[in-house]
Amino acid sequence: MTDSIYVPEMARLVDVRQMTTAEKLFTIELPGGRNLGHDPGQFVMVSMLGVGEAPISITSSPSRSNGVFELCVRKVGDVTNAMHALQPGAKLGIRGPFGHGFPIEKMRGKDVLFAPGGLGLAPLRSLINQVLDERGTFGRVIILYGARRPEELLFKDELDQWVARDDVECRVTVDRGDEMWDGHVGVITTLFPKVTINPRNTVAVTCGPPIMYRFVLMELLGKGIPETQIYLSLERRMKCGVGKCGHCQINSMYCCQEGPVFTYAQIKGVEEAL
Amino acid sequence: MSLWILDKGAIAPFVEGLMAEYRVVGPKAKGPQFAFGDITDPAQLRLDYNITILPPKKVLQPQYERLATFTLGEDPQVEPTIEAGPTVLFGVHTCDLHAIRLLDKAFSEEYPDAHYLKRREQTIIVGLECLEPCDEHSFCKSMGTLTTDEGYDLHLTDLGPAYAVDVATEKGKTLLSQYGTVREATDADIRRLNEVLGAKWPRFTYRLDFDAAELPALLSTAYDHPLWAELGERCLACGSCTNVCPTCYCFNVTDEVNMHLTAGERLRRWDSCQLDEFASVAGGENFREARKARQRHRFFRKGKYIYEKFGELGCVGCGRCIRACVANINIVDGFNAIHGTA
Repeated sequence: MTDSIYVPEMARLVDVRQMTTAEKLFTIELPGGRNLGHDPGQFVMVSMLGVGEAPISITSSPSRSNGVFELCVRKVGDVTNAMHALQPGAKLGIRGPFGHGFPIEKMRGKDVLFAPGGLGLAPLRSLINQVLDERGTFGRVIILYGARRPEELLFKDELDQWVARDDVECRVTVDRGDEMWDGHVGVITTLFPKVTINPRNTVAVTCGPPIMYRFVLMELLGKGIPETQIYLSLERRMKCGVGKCGHCQINSMYCCQEGPVFTYAQIKGVEEAL
Repeated sequence: MSLWILDKGAIAPFVEGLMAEYRVVGPKAKGPQFAFGDITDPAQLRLDYNITILPPKKVLQPQYERLATFTLGEDPQVEPTIEAGPTVLFGVHTCDLHAIRLLDKAFSEEYPDAHYLKRREQTIIVGLECLEPCDEHSFCKSMGTLTTDEGYDLHLTDLGPAYAVDVATEKGKTLLSQYGTVREATDADIRRLNEVLGAKWPRFTYRLDFDAAELPALLSTAYDHPLWAELGERCLACGSCTNVCPTCYCFNVTDEVNMHLTAGERLRRWDSCQLDEFASVAGGENFREARKARQRHRFFRKGKYIYEKFGELGCVGCGRCIRACVANINIVDGFNAIHGTA
């Protein structure tokens, strides 16, 4: 056995839950039930042997590890299509965790505003649940979540809990409703006027489709949140996860190493970032 | 460490001796050009070559390389594969020696790459001092890679009837004492070597209009330069420039499965930031879609990004990308154009 950084460990799929027509939640156990040991916001490289490997953000919190971790995966490419065909008990390869996650220590004592769009909730959930598990050490917790349609909302049970909690201000919107939907309708930015914040003491965390960032960033900056207190998690093609293959480069930065979490200050004016 | 003299007539027996114990890779004729290839007869070794089509990186980071093998089925298993063996890389020019040092850094920093490093560890490098420019496209003098005193185990300099052999490492010393018939250099040999090394400089010309050390700062002002649009119009996005580049090490990883769908292998292969899909993700977003952005990325890696990461420029001035480009994109002209309008 050599210590190749490219060879995955074979992990066991413990549970698969269909979340929407396109997304499933995978619960995965490493050999021996070892904890993954990740930070919120980090990612793993998932191997479907014979198909390939893809970077997937970890959606579960370190605070809820219990010998397993979760990935929320959209069926969109070769690897994710193969993952969606898996049944519990199946084996899949895991490398990681990789990258820099959310700097949770810098967020303590502050108000935290989460603004996930669509599948962007997956990486943010790792931080949201960590913050909620250590609720007392943070100020206000505000979650503004937008999806295109009601049936595309992820983690609906958790969303309901967050909405119900007194110590969480959670608002959910969909771009287009349906006959069953009695919630807010409109793109995610329409939720921002509904909350008043103390910008100096607020950290904002956002992740979503590329098109969303510009509009959400305008809202966050418009509220006066400093650029160094706005965090984004970026998606890139990756073939190694360890800063060598070159695919994830954002100008001079390797998304897999310096990211996937960046502050807005880090990527402001970096053309390839958004 | 020390300097020795190897008569030219002793090269063939030296190589022959090496061949018994090592895979020997050196410059060979390939049509009207040269290419690094396996030497199976000392007569194939062309130490009079100007430049090879592909750089010697192909020995250290092969075009295709097996990273792992795996079995499929109920209980899939994956095993790493290290493809390495005792190798002598014979006759590497100074620009390529500089490039290999850069590859060494790229594959050893932070997350050491056992596949590359095992191969590197088992590779003994015999350098060859360039005394003439390869052709009009070389710009090694501008990039400061015209000579080197590191990055090799043995280094040859052509003194006419014999080679001066600089022994730089224990590995090189052992190799030379085991297989080479040499004598210690005399004061006269050392004088001759210094003459030869001194005489080479005027034969090479500076082709950058400025000091290469200015490149990172120069490029930091050139992100929106009109040159990129012009290059983007001409570039065919074929990836030749990065394939022939001695310092380009970006790669793709793909799986291949056998016909019975019971087992397969994970392969690493060269990739190119010039290809359309290099920065695209499964959802359809391509983060470097425009050819002008891809050419800019190449220029910036060579002149700025790699410098910022490793403390030295990512271009060694070999000129291979210029020779290989079917659209006549010339990195020297590009850098000079930016400098001229800065």
